[in-house]
Amino acid sequence: MIFSLETHVVLALLIPLIGALGIALAHSVPNIRESITLVTAVILCANVFSILPSILAGIEPSVLLVQILPEIALSLKVEPLGMTFACVASTLWIINSIYSIGYMRGNKEAKQTRFYIFFAIAIAATMGVAFSGNLLTLFVFYEALTLSTYPLVTHKGNEDARKGGRIYLGILIGTSIGLLLPAIIWVWSLTGTVDFVKGGILSGHASAVVTGILLFLFMYGIGKAALMPIHRWLPAAMVAPTPVSALLHAVAVVKAGVFSVLKVVVYIFGIDFLTETGAAEWLMYVAAYTLVAASVVALTKDNLKARLAYSTISQLAYVVLAASMATSLSITGGALQIVMHAFGKITLFFCAGAIYTAVHKTEISDMRGLGRQMPFTFIAFLIGALSIIGLPPLGGSWSKFYMMIAAAEIDQLWIMGVLLISSLLNVAYLLPIVARGFFYPPLGQTDPPVAVGYEKSDFSWKDIKEAPFFCVLPPVLTAFLCIVLFFLADPIVRMIEPIVTP
Amino acid sequence: MSVFGFHFAALVVVLPLISAAFSALLRGKNLPWALTTIVSALSFYMSIQLLIEVSANGPLSYEMGSWAPPWGIEYLVDPLSGFMLMIISGVSTGVLLFARESIAKEVPEKQLGMFFSAYLLALAGMLGICITGDAFNIFVFLEIMSLSSYVLIAMGAGNDRRALTAAFQYLIIGSVGATFFLIGVGLLYMMTGTLNIADLASRFSEIEDTRPVRAAVGFLIVGIGIKLALFPFHIWMPNAYTYAPSIVTAFFAGTATKVSVYLFIRFIFTIFGIDFSFGVIQLTDILMPLAVLGFLSMSAVAIFQKNLKRMLAYSSVAQLGYIVLGIALANETGLTASIVHIFNHAIVKTGMFLSVGCMFYVIGSPYLKDLNGIGQRMPITTFGFVLGGIGLIGVPLTPGFISKWYLILAALERGTYVSYALVVAIVFSSLLAVIYIWRVVEVAYFREPPEGSTKTEAPLSMLIPTWIFILGSFYFGIETSINVGFAKAAAAFLYGGQ
Repeated sequence: MIFSLETHVVLALLIPLIGALGIALAHSVPNIRESITLVTAVILCANVFSILPSILAGIEPSVLLVQILPEIALSLKVEPLGMTFACVASTLWIINSIYSIGYMRGNKEAKQTRFYIFFAIAIAATMGVAFSGNLLTLFVFYEALTLSTYPLVTHKGNEDARKGGRIYLGILIGTSIGLLLPAIIWVWSLTGTVDFVKGGILSGHASAVVTGILLFLFMYGIGKAALMPIHRWLPAAMVAPTPVSALLHAVAVVKAGVFSVLKVVVYIFGIDFLTETGAAEWLMYVAAYTLVAASVVALTKDNLKARLAYSTISQLAYVVLAASMATSLSITGGALQIVMHAFGKITLFFCAGAIYTAVHKTEISDMRGLGRQMPFTFIAFLIGALSIIGLPPLGGSWSKFYMMIAAAEIDQLWIMGVLLISSLLNVAYLLPIVARGFFYPPLGQTDPPVAVGYEKSDFSWKDIKEAPFFCVLPPVLTAFLCIVLFFLADPIVRMIEPIVTP
Repeated sequence: MSVFGFHFAALVVVLPLISAAFSALLRGKNLPWALTTIVSALSFYMSIQLLIEVSANGPLSYEMGSWAPPWGIEYLVDPLSGFMLMIISGVSTGVLLFARESIAKEVPEKQLGMFFSAYLLALAGMLGICITGDAFNIFVFLEIMSLSSYVLIAMGAGNDRRALTAAFQYLIIGSVGATFFLIGVGLLYMMTGTLNIADLASRFSEIEDTRPVRAAVGFLIVGIGIKLALFPFHIWMPNAYTYAPSIVTAFFAGTATKVSVYLFIRFIFTIFGIDFSFGVIQLTDILMPLAVLGFLSMSAVAIFQKNLKRMLAYSSVAQLGYIVLGIALANETGLTASIVHIFNHAIVKTGMFLSVGCMFYVIGSPYLKDLNGIGQRMPITTFGFVLGGIGLIGVPLTPGFISKWYLILAALERGTYVSYALVVAIVFSSLLAVIYIWRVVEVAYFREPPEGSTKTEAPLSMLIPTWIFILGSFYFGIETSINVGFAKAAAAFLYGGQ
């Protein structure tokens, strides 16, 4: 650490913004511009990780940004959940920046400077969401994230992008202003504060009915958590270039949503209060429904990114389900799910983009036999998929493990059933892509007949035609990290522990 | 305050009034403008001094010609009127900084002297309404303001001859409103024998049960309601704002209807008194439905406008609905919301109308169909407009949020089922605002600019004042001690000064 802890917290917001300024200034020299992006990402990540030891030691640094009204301020406060989220987002921004360079150049996209600028601003907003110290601050950065990602989603500027952008903004702004903001003001008028406090602030201020209504307002106000039926923005946002889908719709935006859900449940409602009032029971059913239904829809999608989008909706519902169970184990599981799913899903998106860059294919039915041509991409895809399904030794297994224990603990065995069915559905919609890639002949070709008793490999090194190096390296890295995370679950669990134990 | 400073209370009105005569004598493009700007800036300075004085030492009374009230005319600066003076003169000065290039393009040079003369009269009228402590004097200033505003609106005839019918419509409806107001004041005078507001207020409770007084209250509420463009008396306003010259629209959007809001508050709280207004005649039951219907229907109507100025005008009617709702809620938080929204809406809407003025200056049309790709043709102006729009929607960090925060708190404070319905209505109306702002964004950024169009920004002399308002709106959305502070003081004064 170079500066005081508080300075580092503020720097986490400032570094990407300064980076954005640098990118704007270097707009005419692409190599310098991309170097600035990378350097900014590395500095940000180093900065975020420099805060980590203090958080592990139990310090909770807070910074007052502005006092808006006498009673209300914008303030930052770092706590374990936010720390986890910030670490994930800042780490993946580095890898994603490498990938962006490969993808944007490989596809000769227009207006790349604008792309990198808004990307950096979106990361700054994400850091703000992660470190927000009260509901209003969370709301401000949440909206900033929506607005700054809008130009990224509509990057192509055509009619499809405009339509997608309309749905994206319409749902996210509509729910946040229409439901989340009134909920925040309501909380304030009930309790006189909107600060995130360990154990919640609503206990003793709200009746069971009011708590139920507030929970509804929050869960549907946080549209980024994509609970059905307000999930439509996520598939619509897939018109964006793949690096955007990868970081923003596997990590920053959607995780900002479920992160806010966890944060509101833990620090505003308080898990004990939710259990007492039973106000979260309806949420269990809605989340479980979303979880299964989105997986079923994913089965029907032939477009790879659309399938991944619905898979994301389903995986986000895990976190909401975890929040609705409101026990210390389930919250831990939800927090782990934020981390593990981020690495798994970004791998899948990277692969989808690599395939698009290499052979310009978007439909799964056209991807037969491609594994022989792009083995690294497809093996990375396989690892990412297995992590999302939840098989050891991959990171994704832990989050599901914790949630299953939580379900058993509160005697809701049907949740275990839902989780099992969902995992099977994940297998059904993710693994055939890999299987077809390796075991089917490429489109329009047939494998030469092999005489009985002989063996011939369908794979040969000289057939390999991968995407540009910068497009292939990131998925391989993130797939590797999926394995590493299996062994790193313990430190994360220990960091989360203090906030869920009274 | 110095002896000279004491006379600011008179000078702040008298100076623009006298200068109006001189402006009419001046010729050329620059001289009348320069005189008007200097006078307006001086009024602004004096208003600030008065406001500081009032916040430190309480209400300030100035006896015109040393005739003691209630016989002579008294000028009275209290926390509310001081705040209003600052808003009016401030908006006027900012708009005038913008005006030089803009108005020279819209009004023939030989009429400029007369134009600015009318402008100064309108300014003097508005300031006079807020500062005077005499009910009949209010009527006089109301007429000064109204007559000059008919002229100012008609000046838009150079762009579009419909400005003439718009001005005529406003003239007819405005005169009805002013007449109602006069009848109301006359009846009060008949019953009390006084025109001084403080005197009226002290005698009001003795005669409040009489029929003439009830009639007077009815005439006053409707009369001021017409001037305020209270739904459903708003019909004149979209026309007037649409066809008036850009700077007139910008000036009036921030001030003219706000002056009527001031009158509304003054009569309801100071003269009638809270117990009578909300206890005896239940004004809440009349005003609340009108306010809610107003902001819901007018926000919806704004979505379908093809003309940017008309869209913003309907949005203004909707915003007045919020202000009236704050009054109708009949609690101190609600009144704070209303007063702070007078300020917040003035700064946001003026900034937006000035951005539209920049577009009009370059493109020559306020119609959305002519503004395709304006985001690429005039990036700085358009970005300013979008930021203003965010303020109008009420996203946090903008002043619109501060107003809605207090308004929603005030609604919840009532604690009935109606208050939850009100919250839903306010939020829904904000979402409608998202839609009408978003339509402009799509036209600006997603439609291709027409063939052969080039990137042309408005001159800096217009861009800078526009951005002062836009950035100012963010300043007052984040650091709210000034606007919220004065609004709270004024609301507390009106509730406590009974």
